Amino acid sequence: MKRDWIYALLLLLPAMVLLMGFTHIPAIETVISSFFSTPHGRRPAHFVGLENYRYLLEDDVFIRSCWNNLIYSAITIPASIIIALVMALFVHNRMAGLSFLRMAFFTPTVLPMIAVGNIWLFFYTPSFGLIDQIRGLFGLPAQNWMGSTDTVLYTVLVVAVWKNAGFFMIFYLAALQTIPTQLREAASLEGAGRWTFFRRVTVPLIMPTTLFIMVNAIINSVRLIDHIFIMTQGGPNNASRLLLYHIYEVAFEYWDTAPASAMTVVILAVLSLLAIGQFFWLDRKVHYR
Amino acid sequence: MTAAHPSHHGRSIELRGISKRWDKVLALNSVSLTIPAGSFTALLGPSGCGKSTLLRIIAGLEAASEGHVMIGDEDVTRRSPDKRDLSMVFQSYALFPHLNVAENIIFGLKTRKEPRPQRDAKLQAVAELMGLQNLLERKPGELSGGQQQRVALARAVIAERSICLMDEPLSNLDAKLRHEMRVELRALQKKLGFTMVYVTHDQAEAITMADQVVLLNAGEVEQIDAPRALYDEPRTTFAARFIGTPPMSLFEASALGSIGERLEREAGTGLMLGLRPEAVSPSEDGRLAATIVAAEFQGADTMLDCRIGDELITVRASGRSDFAAGNAVSLSFAPEELALFDKASGARLVKSKQLIAAFEP
Repeated sequence: MKRDWIYALLLLLPAMVLLMGFTHIPAIETVISSFFSTPHGRRPAHFVGLENYRYLLEDDVFIRSCWNNLIYSAITIPASIIIALVMALFVHNRMAGLSFLRMAFFTPTVLPMIAVGNIWLFFYTPSFGLIDQIRGLFGLPAQNWMGSTDTVLYTVLVVAVWKNAGFFMIFYLAALQTIPTQLREAASLEGAGRWTFFRRVTVPLIMPTTLFIMVNAIINSVRLIDHIFIMTQGGPNNASRLLLYHIYEVAFEYWDTAPASAMTVVILAVLSLLAIGQFFWLDRKVHYR
Repeated sequence: MTAAHPSHHGRSIELRGISKRWDKVLALNSVSLTIPAGSFTALLGPSGCGKSTLLRIIAGLEAASEGHVMIGDEDVTRRSPDKRDLSMVFQSYALFPHLNVAENIIFGLKTRKEPRPQRDAKLQAVAELMGLQNLLERKPGELSGGQQQRVALARAVIAERSICLMDEPLSNLDAKLRHEMRVELRALQKKLGFTMVYVTHDQAEAITMADQVVLLNAGEVEQIDAPRALYDEPRTTFAARFIGTPPMSLFEASALGSIGERLEREAGTGLMLGLRPEAVSPSEDGRLAATIVAAEFQGADTMLDCRIGDELITVRASGRSDFAAGNAVSLSFAPEELALFDKASGARLVKSKQLIAAFEP
């Protein structure tokens, strides 16, 4: 019996080392260092309690980043899910050029975020960019979309939706294909049109997928910020600064690790709460086969 | 039964020259048939014969390449499935897995926005009829195959449509349950009076349940008859081979020796002869000498595979008799039991007096 236990531990060890080393221990260390001051040269870190957290509340840039991220999430999550579903429904039907369309929808997912950022940079460029050239055809004036504090957040938001929707589409497509065609036929005999069938059968049956995608979308809306580096670097005037970008800057540009740790803990807490809430609250409403 | 129990008035179905092509494959070739109102008609045939396609064309789930579908006096060829006054039970039952039994049954009523009190009354009546009262809150995944089958049936009858189509509805059930459901389905159809069109590949199912059997082969109608007529008078060698367990034995006329020669001379063509296993019996003074190749004891009967000439025929003997493989046996049969088929076309020949006379010594 005792030998079994050792075997089990040995078999688990490789995965445990990786998980511990790169996920759990850093997370715990972050929590600990969020209660200490930033070490400077000869002055080592000392315990400051909740001082770092109190400081966050007074940090205007942090608050601004929070608001930005909130708007960013509130739009990218539903938008990418809805667009993914629409695209999946579209390419689920049999038609000519189907595999080409599926590939086209999926391409953004394959591209690295840095490349995506560069592509969209070209789209947005004032006067020469794709968007302004199209506007030019209709005689509309050039617009500096990324240079205006009113629009810059939406420019990076569109990129995230564009990148995510194709990825989520694949999951929806797989889910749609598990729905037997006979259900559709049975419904059509009962006089259920496309919309009724979608609302009363398709949507409930793909709910598990929606839940999964939602969790991913929430995490992505905080995690995927690579394009910010390429496109706006949080500017102008912090209008496109997202939380993780802010943390990166505070931690690795200014080397002010204490408040950065505190911010990381805040993000982790919010994300965990959301994920737990989703699984516990929505799980009861979802039908699993 | 409550007064609210669903009443149906069967309507007739008529198919006129239905053909169906998939690219270059001809799945159905000019099928014409009439299904009388209130009858139980089985579409029977081996897999790939087009019976399910035909059913789907009646339902409107598939469009015919040619021909017309008439229901009652109306041409419904271009009508959508829900406007054809029919319901359907699928082989897989096609129950909605996320809805409970009650929701599954009233799915159509809800879609058509029937008022709630009416809906509830109908649900109660149908649940009682099908014995589902205690299962209404369950999800399909929590039901046995037989129970799922009942739910699918309930969903089909609650709409009180005049036609019910069934696509191999019993094929997913075990043998015992299948027998029970056969009896029940037949009783249900009689009680409610709708027109039933029932697709099956199991000839026993078709023979036991149907008023009329449509035998299909390779996209064409082989024979349309009442079960008894189909069994007694198969019009082609295909029908003869398909119906009966075991089916009719078919053999070349030469196996009967001189009688066979005389038969062929009288008929003026090459012949295939057919005999049902129960039409032949071993007897002392039989005129056919045969050798037993195999004997299979089945309880009430013993099935004997006997060799006459170069041909094998099946004989149903009493289970009490003891025959063993390798023994010689003499067989007798009444001449009128012999079925004659044209060897080239497979079509049955009507036995004339001259042909019968060929048996006289």
